Amino acid sequence: MHAIEVKHLHKHFGALQAVEDISFTVDCGDVLGFLGPNGAGKSTTMKMIAGFLEPSKGTVTVCGHDVLEDPIRVKEKIGYLPEGAPLYGEMTPAGFLNFIAEVRGIEGSRKEKRIAEVVRQIHLESVMEQRIETLSKGYKRRVGLAQAILHDPKVLILDEPTDGLDPNQKHDVRTLIKAMAKDKAIIISTHILEEVDAVCTQTIIIAQGRLLFQGTPAELAAQSMFHNAVSLAIGSEAAEDAKLHLAALAPVHNVETIGIANGTTRLLIVPKNGASIMAAVSDAVRTQGWPLLELRQEEGRLDEVFRLITTQGPHQGEVFTS
Amino acid sequence: MRNTLAIFKRELLAYFSTPVAYVFIVIFLFITGIFTFYLGGFYERNQADLEPFFQFHPWLYLFLIPAISMRLWAEERKSGTVELLMTLPVSLIQAVLGKFPAAWCFTAIALALTFPIWITVNYLGDPDNTAIAAGYIGSLLMAGGFLAIGSCISALTKNQVIAFVISVVICFLFILSGFPIVLDFFQGWAPKAIVDAIGSFSFLFHFSSIRKGVIDVRDIIYFTTLIGFWLYANTIAVETKKAS
Repeated sequence: MHAIEVKHLHKHFGALQAVEDISFTVDCGDVLGFLGPNGAGKSTTMKMIAGFLEPSKGTVTVCGHDVLEDPIRVKEKIGYLPEGAPLYGEMTPAGFLNFIAEVRGIEGSRKEKRIAEVVRQIHLESVMEQRIETLSKGYKRRVGLAQAILHDPKVLILDEPTDGLDPNQKHDVRTLIKAMAKDKAIIISTHILEEVDAVCTQTIIIAQGRLLFQGTPAELAAQSMFHNAVSLAIGSEAAEDAKLHLAALAPVHNVETIGIANGTTRLLIVPKNGASIMAAVSDAVRTQGWPLLELRQEEGRLDEVFRLITTQGPHQGEVFTS
Repeated sequence: MRNTLAIFKRELLAYFSTPVAYVFIVIFLFITGIFTFYLGGFYERNQADLEPFFQFHPWLYLFLIPAISMRLWAEERKSGTVELLMTLPVSLIQAVLGKFPAAWCFTAIALALTFPIWITVNYLGDPDNTAIAAGYIGSLLMAGGFLAIGSCISALTKNQVIAFVISVVICFLFILSGFPIVLDFFQGWAPKAIVDAIGSFSFLFHFSSIRKGVIDVRDIIYFTTLIGFWLYANTIAVETKKAS
């Protein structure tokens, strides 16, 4: 049984088709990164899984419970951080977490223990007695996170959990997500592509409500035209010669100059169809005797793939999968 | 039950964690005092009862109750916490039944704080205290009716001011539904049965006997049905509007 199973999910608001035929599964141990431009339907999909919105068509099951037939059971299993981390501003984090614990049926000494544990995990100790509305954005987000993990849910759905955090806080949240990932199924949505690399085991890209890519982050990077490209820094005196020579190699698509500084020219050699050209390039460097400063293989640029997939996109429901 | 209680507690505390509660209570007590002693002629009547106190409650509630109920759902929708609340393992009915009694309980606290007037009338004369108790119960029931209307309207908008204004208008119609101002609108075309039915919706009509100390089962049924109806409408309003 998958922890989360989404089948042919559709949602329309009047004439607007917000989500169209999205299917995927998430298992315990997986962190699914949900990518897509603003307004792509990420939040709408997450809201449907969390039981806030009813799907127009399709089904969502969480730990075997259908979200329409058994919404309360589903909500018990899920920890959900809504977009923007809405909170009751007039409450203190202490009062708020206490409220969440009570609604979730965590009582007595277990409640005290669990709140203390989460507060320590998320570093909320210093603000427990301040009104939430007076807290910084980073603290508010963390209170939202604390609320989502308080009942130690099997399934975590976090809508932009690191939005508005500073780099240290982002790092903390990612570490926390990775630490929790072992025995949970987690979905996070994000705009930040480095985050996908940092925490996700699976990724999905949606745009205009449609699923455009499904695979691991490595597979996503492999979609890049720069996947397996080689960046080469050599003395500028040999640059013209090297460009001509490398461009003539069979598996090479083209060679670009990406920077000239202090007598060094940096070239990017892009392969045809992501073929591996490292060996061919290093051979050429050795036999031609160019003054070599750096030779490095690119993994592929997620931002470029993201742009490619979401702006051009496959047509007629065809999905990029690897 | 457990989560309804948690929501109730949170909601009631929310009133007291902002100045709203204190402002409301002070103004409520101040105005009841003015109405009772000046407009109601409490002393001039020379009678040991609280009728001058109770008779103005419908008018007082008309403006004060929507001020309590306006935030119930509109604030949740505006701040987005409705998404948080509705993704907790809580059913819609439980959420409504947590929030409404909190507002009602708050009103009850404000009403209970009018006790000095009860002490006054007992000091000055020898009133029928059961009649006074009946008056308080009736007043509270009527407040519940106003609150249920306000709670439902509050779920229809994100804007508390709009919630307030529309609630006042609807409560006003309910107060006056036995009067020509409302009935004339229907008299021309609606069948007599409907006009009579609308007339019987009047808060004033149902409150008039209670405030004199007579608790009629029909009046209690009226107010509880009214509350039930508006709370049911409230769940539908939340369900259809929560995501927009």
